[in-house]
Order: sequence, then C-alpha cells, then structure tokens
Amino acid sequence: MEQVIAGRAYVLGDNIDTDQIIPAEHLVYSLSDPEEKKNYGKFALSGVPEDDAGLPEGNKLFVEEGKFESEYTIIIGGKNFGCGSSREHAPACLKIAGIQAIIATSYARIFYRNSVDGGFFIPFESSGKLVNDIRTEDNLTINVETGTLTNNSSNQTFKLQPLGEVAEIVKAGNIFEYARKAGMI
Amino acid sequence: MGLTITEKILAAHASKDKVTPGETIWVDVDVLMTHDVCGPGTISIFKEQFGENAKVFDREKVVIIPDHYIFTSDKHANRNIDILREFVSEQNLPYYYDVGTENYKGVCHLALAQEGHNRPGEVLFGTDSHTCTSGAFGMFSTGIGNTDAAFILGTGKLWVKVPESMQFEFTGKFPDYIMAKDIILQVIGDIGVDGATYRTMEWTGNAIMNFSMEERMTLCNMAIEGGGKNAVIEADEVTLKYVKERTNKPYNVYRSDHDANYYFKKTYDASTMEPIVAKPHSPDNKALVRECSDVKIDRSYIGSCTGGKYTDFLAAANILNGKKVAVNTFIVPATTEVYKDLEGKTLNGKTLLNIFKDAGCEIGDASCAACLGGPKDTFGRTHGTEVVVSTTNRNFPGRMGSKQSEVYLASPYTAAASALTGRITDPREMLN
Repeated sequence: MEQVIAGRAYVLGDNIDTDQIIPAEHLVYSLSDPEEKKNYGKFALSGVPEDDAGLPEGNKLFVEEGKFESEYTIIIGGKNFGCGSSREHAPACLKIAGIQAIIATSYARIFYRNSVDGGFFIPFESSGKLVNDIRTEDNLTINVETGTLTNNSSNQTFKLQPLGEVAEIVKAGNIFEYARKAGMI
Repeated sequence: MGLTITEKILAAHASKDKVTPGETIWVDVDVLMTHDVCGPGTISIFKEQFGENAKVFDREKVVIIPDHYIFTSDKHANRNIDILREFVSEQNLPYYYDVGTENYKGVCHLALAQEGHNRPGEVLFGTDSHTCTSGAFGMFSTGIGNTDAAFILGTGKLWVKVPESMQFEFTGKFPDYIMAKDIILQVIGDIGVDGATYRTMEWTGNAIMNFSMEERMTLCNMAIEGGGKNAVIEADEVTLKYVKERTNKPYNVYRSDHDANYYFKKTYDASTMEPIVAKPHSPDNKALVRECSDVKIDRSYIGSCTGGKYTDFLAAANILNGKKVAVNTFIVPATTEVYKDLEGKTLNGKTLLNIFKDAGCEIGDASCAACLGGPKDTFGRTHGTEVVVSTTNRNFPGRMGSKQSEVYLASPYTAAASALTGRITDPREMLN
C-alpha cells in the first residue's frame, strides 16, 4: 500500500450514483481482457451531468475525448458516493482511469465494500464536507499513515476518518490476500 | 435483549447464539446468484484466485440467471452469455436459465422466487443491488460485487457487518388505489436515499401482511434506493404457500423478538396513504401524484423486477381495459412466467395481453430491458429528451438510456392512468 498518494483533484457532489460513474450500456466489456477493459477508463464518470462534472465550475471532462485515462488522481465526493447498482465496474473503471484514492463524506454500502474487497483504492471518509474547500485541479497529498489530506493549492490540511473494520483488508490488499493471511483459504 | 429476524438469521449462519449490530462476522452462504452483467467478471476473478481448474464451493448453491442484455445484437453482450454457458457446463451447475431455451426466465429477482430459490431463514447474496428483493421471504439477502461473489464461489463464505434494523409498520388497511410502489416511494422520500445506509429495512403491520408476495417483493426491492443493506418481512402463511408450491427444500422461519433493539421505528396509518411519484433525478424526490398533474409525458413504461410482475400488470390492465393509450406505452413482463400469465389470465373475459394490445401498448420479451438503459437497441430505451413515467426503481440521470430524458417513478396504477392522458395522472381519476 502506498503511504503517500499525490495528484490533482476532481471534485463531485452528493449522491454520485453508479449509472453516472459508468453508464449501464458500457457494462458489456470484459474486465479481464487488457485491451477491452481500457474502455472502462474511457467511459469513467461519463454519466455525470455536465454542470456537476468537476466542481465548482462544472463542464470539466474527467477523461479527455479519445483518451483512456484521466489526468486526475484523487476524487473528492460528497455524501452517499457510489449509490445504486452493485456493479464492480464502478470502482474498477475509476481505477482503470488512473484514480488512486477517493475521499467522500460517506459512501453507499456496496461501492465501499467493492472498493475495499477488490483492492481498487482506499475509499477514505472525510471528517467534514470537503466539496467547498477543494476545487477541481487543486494539488492534493494524502498521507495514508497519519490519515491526513493536504491541499497544496491552499495550504489547508484535513483529518480523514479511521478505516475501522476494513483496515485489515485494506492493509492486506484485498479480500483474498486478507483471507490467505488469516489462513481461511 | 431480544433479536431481530435479520440478527437471528445472521447469527445462525455464523454459528453464534447472537450477534450485535456493528459486529463483523463471517456467514455461510445458502445461495449465490449472478447474471450476465456481473457473472463473467466474477468467473474470471474466481479462476484467477482459485485456479483454472477450481470447482465452485457447492454446485447446488449457485444460481445463474441471464437477464440484463438478452435481446440485443451487441456482440460483447452476447459473448458474455457464452462465458456463462461455458462455466455452467464446465462446473455442471444445475440452476442455469439459458437464453433461447425453454428454461429462460428473465429478471433474476423474480426468477429466484418463482424457481424456489427464495426460502425463509436463508442467506442469499447476488451480484445485483436489487437482490434485497428476496427479503420478502423472511430471509437475509443483499447485493455484492464481482470480487465478493468470486470469494463466495470459492469458499461459500463472506464477511458481513451486522446491520442495525429500522422498522416500518403500517397499520389498518391501504386504500384500493394504493400499491406497494407508493409505499416504498413514500418511505424513501421520508428517509432519503441514504436514510437506511448499512441498515435493515424491516416491514411489518397488518397492512403489509395483507400484501401478496409480489407486492412484498416490490417493497423489499427498493430498500437499496434508501441505501439499505437488506429488507425483510417475516414469513407467514402467504409466504409458506408460495414457497411450498415451488420447492421441497427445508427452511427456517424466524421472527423478531418483542424486545428486539431497533435503530428506528415508525408507524404509518395505511388508510392515509396517497399515490406517490419520485420526480427526476432521485428516488427520494417525492411528490403526490395529484400535485404533478401538469407534467406532460412522452412515454409510459411498465416492467422490471419492481413493476413487471403479474399483480403489476393486473393493476395496469384494470385501468387500460377498453381504452386507448395517448403516449407510447411499453409493457415488459419481468419473467417468462409473467408473460404466460399475460397470455393466459383474463380480466372481464379478456386476456391481459389482449387488453394491452388493444389499448395500443407495445409488448416486449421478458428481461431487464430499458430499466437500466442498456445497449442502444434495447426495447423501450430512451434516446433523447423523453419524459417517462415508469414502474422501475431508479431515475438517476441517464438511467433509462439518455442523460437528457426525465424519469418519474410511479406505481403501475399511476403509470397506466398517465398512459391514457399523456400527463401524470392520479389513478383515482380512472378507477371506480
């Protein structure tokens, strides 16, 4: 697990659902074929309405036209991030697009589980609402060990919530590695 | 302190006397269900983690139901069904409902019920968020992703954080024009789309227990739209009659103790309920149907696991019988058994299918169809700025295909009444 995650922020609002993260028409691609799965990067967050895409201004493409990866590394979300479907294509597409961490006020249950058990990235929870303090394009640094987020663009530091019951799975990498370490499989 | 139904089921499956909300436990899984959208990904993780020649933990406990992208020319979607077929053959799985055969069923959540895979007291996981539907049978059921499903395929186990329970009681009697869909939209509107996150939605009260199994499934189906982990309704004679007609397998009926601990309890007077819609673009954007009578619609859609069951179509037929629709109206039975009911069951001497055809509706084949948009050639999918009244479960931006279309979630009564007028219409204007 990386101890420091740094990169540019892409900011979204509340209730970003899985149809916005990856519209259902794209769920036909293989998640295991290296070439085919690139399409998930291409269409990641393509369902977000234009006004809500990259706050506060909006109208910012997460993945540029014709590209398969995003220039952004960290997503800042509001409450109930990832609500809706159980599709693991949702955290997978963000990972494929290059996302290394999400920090949201709260998560929908299945998205949270999928992110942790699948080992896609750490779904951090913020202690307060960050959507007003961080702008899309800001340069961020997350210190995983201390559980802090620094906005290098504004020199502000924020405390992240402890990982709680999933910390051991996060540390192991995913549910399979956790189970192997625990002697379950 | 007593336990809720959910706590009792989870404790029994973790070989514990009791469990406490917030506790993380490992449970033994009775049924794992997957479908064409998440099955291929699940299978590839299973093979990667357990080996190319690995066998599933128990072939009697795996159910595979293709239902999402069935009637499409999309080559990737069709390839995904081939992957399911190959896995079923390799693992010799007995419960597979293949496309293009007499065995094909349609939407997994209703197919699970109709094929006897929902049994009181059991633990069922499915790679679909609406797996919570099965809670209508007094069981624990919830949606998971591909990784968790692959873990179950290999081990038969999964970790669960024991949820706190919220109890929704409806006393008295619902008016005739009220359906379970109105009730779940009312409650989600009251608690919000994350009002039940990490929690159980337990339904109780004599008005709920007077519902058919189909209506109970509608109530439990949309627990996920409130963020719920699962929904549950205690099994009674109605449940047991339905189950015994479909399976000989044993089951256990659990009841919540009177002194069980609830995070929240709310009692509603069933007689005061009114027809409800969820306006675009969120299932908690609640309004009374009668407050939306100036909203013009382009389309009415009656289908899906939420609103495509026999009782849903019987309600719609009651309103559409002998009349003509004013807008494009799509009828999509959830399963082939429902389709047969449309062909075989009558209202005032006329089959439901003929009632819909004569009213000018378009009839689709059993599948998830446009509930979640899907490939471009999906039956009933939106492609532009359509305003749709729909009996489905989600109205997020782009959910039915086009990001520019607007979806109003409603009961089959409301969807049928609105189809006749071309505007959102309270079914009380049409019933009597």
